[in-house]
Parts: sequence; C-alpha cells; structure tokens
Amino acid sequence: MIGPVIDLVDVGKTYQTGSLTVDALRDVTLSIDRGEFVAITGPSGSGKSTLMHILGCLDVPTSGRYRLADEDVADLDDDQLAEVRNRHLGFVFQQFNLLAYLPAWRNVELPLVYAGVEPRTRRARALDALDQVGLGDRADHRPGELSGGQQQRVAVARALVTEPALILADEPTGNLDSTSTADVLDLFDQLHARGRTVVLITHERDVAARADRTIEVLDGRVAGDRGSQS
Amino acid sequence: MNARDLLRTAVEAVRTHKLRSALTVLGITIGITAVILTVGLGQGAKADVQAQIDELGTNVLVVSPGSSTDSSGVRGGFGSASTLTSTDAQALSSTTVAPDVQAVAGVATSSVSLQVDDTNWTTTLTGTTPSWAEVRSRGVSDGRFLTDEDVDDAAMVVVLGPDTATELFGSTDVVGQTLTLDGSTLKVVGVLDALTSSEDTTNNDVALVPSTTYAERLVGGTDRDSVSAIYLKATTESTVSAAYQEANATLANLHGITSTDDADYAIATQQSILEASTSVDRTMTVMLGGIAVISLLVGGIGVMNIMLVSVSERIREIGLRKAIGARPRHIRRQFLVEAAVLGCIGGLLGVAIAAVGSMVLPRVADARVILSVGTSLLAIAVAVGIGVVFGVYPASRAARLAPIDALRNE
Ligand SMILES: Nc1ncnc2c1ncn2[C@@H]1O[C@H](COP(=O)(O)OP(=O)(O)OP(=O)(O)O)[C@@H](O)[C@H]1O
Ligand SMILES: [Mg+2]
Repeated sequence: MIGPVIDLVDVGKTYQTGSLTVDALRDVTLSIDRGEFVAITGPSGSGKSTLMHILGCLDVPTSGRYRLADEDVADLDDDQLAEVRNRHLGFVFQQFNLLAYLPAWRNVELPLVYAGVEPRTRRARALDALDQVGLGDRADHRPGELSGGQQQRVAVARALVTEPALILADEPTGNLDSTSTADVLDLFDQLHARGRTVVLITHERDVAARADRTIEVLDGRVAGDRGSQS
Repeated sequence: MNARDLLRTAVEAVRTHKLRSALTVLGITIGITAVILTVGLGQGAKADVQAQIDELGTNVLVVSPGSSTDSSGVRGGFGSASTLTSTDAQALSSTTVAPDVQAVAGVATSSVSLQVDDTNWTTTLTGTTPSWAEVRSRGVSDGRFLTDEDVDDAAMVVVLGPDTATELFGSTDVVGQTLTLDGSTLKVVGVLDALTSSEDTTNNDVALVPSTTYAERLVGGTDRDSVSAIYLKATTESTVSAAYQEANATLANLHGITSTDDADYAIATQQSILEASTSVDRTMTVMLGGIAVISLLVGGIGVMNIMLVSVSERIREIGLRKAIGARPRHIRRQFLVEAAVLGCIGGLLGVAIAAVGSMVLPRVADARVILSVGTSLLAIAVAVGIGVVFGVYPASRAARLAPIDALRNE
C-alpha cells in the first residue's frame, strides 16, 4: 500500500517574538494523496504560507507530526531535509526568486547542480524543462530581460526539472496579469495531468477553481475541505 | 556540486559586484605587495652585501673616514672634510709598523665628466697609487697600469675601465688615445681587465689617475692630501685580523685617539661588513615585515567585512538555494571559495604590482629588489589562505541560516 504523499496530524506552529506568541497553525490534520491537485485558500494572515513552508520542509512544526512520503520529517537532519527538498519537492514562489545574474537555463539547472548531475546532462535537462514551459528560445536571457509571466514560467521550469513528486506553489500568480496567470496555471494543469501532486496557494477564487480540491484555512485551522476524494 | 561549479559560482558572484570586489581585493593586494617587496628588498640587500664582499676579496680591509671631533667637541657629520690622508696610507705601508699588511692603496674619488670629441661620459675618477692593482687584484688587458713615475711626475695619464673605454671610444682598443676632463688632456695608458664575477658591473666603469695628478692637477680642493678610503691587503687570509689590529693601532696613534668611541675612521673587513649588514637587515626585516603583516591583517578583515555584507545582501539567494536542495556545506563552500577567489585575485595583483615595484624602486631609491618565483607563489598561497581564514565566519553564518528565514527576508 502506498500511503498519502502528505500526512499531517495535529500540526501546530507557534511563532515567538519576544513576549508575543502567534499561533500561525493549530491542530492541522490533513492528508494529500499522490497525483492530487490541491488549492489552499484563505484570507491574508490565516497561515497559508506557514503551512506551505512546513509542507516544503523549509520550516518545522512546533507540535504534531508530519510524514512526507511515509517518512517522519522530524527524524531528518539538515542534510537529509535538503536532499528531500532537492529530490522530491519543487517550489514556485510569488516573487519568482530567480537569481538575477544567471541566464534562464542556469537558473533552471540549479537544483540539478545540488543533485550532483553531470554538467552536460544538466544543460540538456534544463533546456528541455524550458521547452516544456514554452521558453526554449529564451534560455540565454537573464531574468531582467524577461516579463513577469516569463520569469514565473522559468521558475516553474526550475521546479519541474528534477521531476519531483510534489510541487508547492505559494501564490504563483499573485504578481501576474490575467494572460500570464492563465499561462502559468496551464502549466500546473499539465503537471497534474502527468501525475505530479500539485499544492497551490492562492487568494483568488477562479485560480482555486482549477484544482480538484480546495482546502480553506482560517485563523490557522482547516476550515473547509471541498472536493476531497476521501 | 563539483569544484568547477563552485569556482564558477564564486567567480560570477565576484564579477557581479565588481566595485565591491575590487575594493576588497585592493586590501589584499597592498598587503601582498608589501610582503613580496619586503622579502625582495631583504634578498636584494643580501645580494648587494655579497657582491661587496666578493668584490673586496677575502683578505682586503677598507679604512673609511668617520665623523671627526673638532676642538670644541662638535662632531662633524658625513660630508665634512675626510679624516683620512695620504699620510695615513703611507704610514700603513711601512712593513715595520704593519708587517701583516702586504699592500696599501689610498683612493680619492669624485664623479666627473670625461669627454672625447662630442661624447661625454660621467664616471668615477679615482686618484690612487700603483699598488691599487695589487690590493684590488685587478690587472690590465691592454697597455700598462699606473707607475711610481706617474705618481712622482703627476703625469697626465689615465687607466680606464673596459666599460668606460667602450662608452667613450666605442672600443677597448684605446691605448694612446686622449680624452679631456674640464679642459685638461689625459692620455690613456691602459685598460683594466673586465670583471665578470661580480653582479655589480660598476667596477668596469672607472677612470684611474695617479693620486698626485688627482690632487694637484685635476680635482684639488682645499684638502689636497685627503683620501676617500684606504684599501689594505693582508698578506694572507689568516692574517686579516692581525692586519686589522696593526692598522687600528697605527691610525689611533696617528690621529691621537685614546678611546675607540672617538675613532674618526672605520675599518671594515669582509667579516665586519657581513655583521653590520645582518644587523641592519634584521631591523629592516622586522620593521617591514611588521608593516606587511599588519596590511595583510587589514586586508583579511576587509575580506571578512565584505563577505558578511555579501551574505546579508544575498540572504534570499541563500534561502532559494537551500529550498532547492543546497546543503549547509554547499553554502559554506560557496562563500569560502568566493573569499578564496578574492584572495587569489588580490595575490596575483600583488605579485604583479610588486614586479613593477621591483623595477621602479631601484630607480627612485638606492635599493635592489630580488623577486623569486617561490616567494611569489608563496605570497599567492598566503593571499588565498587569508581569504579562506577570514571567510570562515561569514561562510558558516550563511550556512547556518534557516531556509525559511532566508526566504522570508525582503
Ligand atoms: N516569522 C514570523 N514570526 C512571527 N509571526 C509570524 C512569522 N511568520 C508569520 N507570522 C504570523 O503567522 C501568521 C500567518 O502568516 P502566513 O504568512 O502564513 O499568512 P498567509 O496566510 O500566507 O498570509 P498572506 O495571504 O498575506 O500571504 C500571521 O499572523 C503572521 O503575522
Ligand atoms: Mg503568504
């Protein structure tokens, strides 16, 4: 039996700033199966990004248990977490987070560098990923020479170049106009169609509508879960 | 992530921030230049001393005039009338007074311009006696050396060094030719054999005239008897110290010196030159070495400072790299290699500037600088090492950043 790719049980995250404590997440229990396309919505400050950081092993929960692909994340050290992120996860951020001094293909290639892939193979795979997002002809352009939508497509290419099981996107269309938004969302549809698990955080209702399942976060709790298969 | 990737990333980071990198590199460059020039100067000084010693020969002593104390007790400094005279030289050549001294030659020197037709050449005019050839172990390749008759007659004759002859006449086949010095005509009677062993080829550029001719007819001056130095040759190598004692006693007696502190002359032997130079050397090395170490330290602190700035400026980049799979050690290496690259560039530039300095310094100051490949390589290694050492702290700070804190940073 293959378990869910994401399995959260009673996960909480408390931020402590001085004497002030903020419960960004409380008792979140959630499981996402392989191949699902999930949207996470909720008002600003509700804890969506916090949730994604925990799902992406960028941050650790202060309580509860998180199993990613049947492995308890709490048991992993920094190096192993880095490896998990490298092998199994792909990130797309609202601010693109491309390195401005590198051409597009070098940005896309980065995860492969840390995976220890040969330079020749890296370039071929990076160019292939750029082809998949329709930017094969822009491989040598630096991010500054690309539009916002194109930059985000480069970021998507970077997320998919390692062929990860799970793609996490935090408001990937937050900085884009409607045409670019449609382009980027089409890419997520394609990834989903090819069997990848996609978790997409968004404010926008019509963006969330592209997903099979919508999880609503309110004040750090899961307040709604529509379209769930289970 | 292999070495090539690391190096490429580091070079790109350095290139991206050109001005900042340049300023950082500058600190290291200054330090490395200082170190290489210090070592080069030390080696140059050592080589000069060696050349002096080689030139002198093992059993030669040089008496040079020192500061004189006049009746009022005021010491005349360097440049006042010489305290040595040809009388001193004469006294030292007596075998009864100084039995271990084989030969004595007083020399008076001044810089003059010699002329042949339209050709002018500035050289050192030396007034001396026939024993000069014996004391300095030199002979003539053509013609003859100065003779006692030349001295007695104050003859208008000159013996030229091979370089001097070539500069004036275009060849060394010049015996019988004449040249003029301030309107006086001198006849060339001989040409010295060329010295090749010594690196210091100034020994091949001299003009020797009889001491009497020098004092009475050519240079003169108020103190016709004074000499710039007296060269002594001991009978054998083993009698050098005996010759030293005899010369010292004779001169002290002649000059009425009772305490060695009051001596208005100094006697140098190969041994004493070596000793004096090593003590000077040591002071110089310690001083310049201190400056070099301090400037390297400052350069290193500069690297650390810039690397810290670089880390905090690139927090987002670090976060992104960690998010896509960089391990802490990848990040640490990235910044360490960047610091090492800065150090390496600084080292290379330092070597280049030191190379230029080694060519310029001898022209503006009386100092020879010897650069060696070994020193240069070592200096570059030191520069890289400084980069790494001072890069450790910033690099581990970058490596320790939590990916989420790094990513959140706006
Ligand atoms: N590092 C932190 N220290 C303290 N509090 C934090 C920190 N990060 C987030 N928070 C708090 O946790 C809560 C949830 O933040 P989070 O970024 O997850 O919200 P969000 O749902 O992504 O909001 P938005 O839609 O505006 O991006 C907020 O109240 C926020 O102020
Ligand atoms: Mg958010």
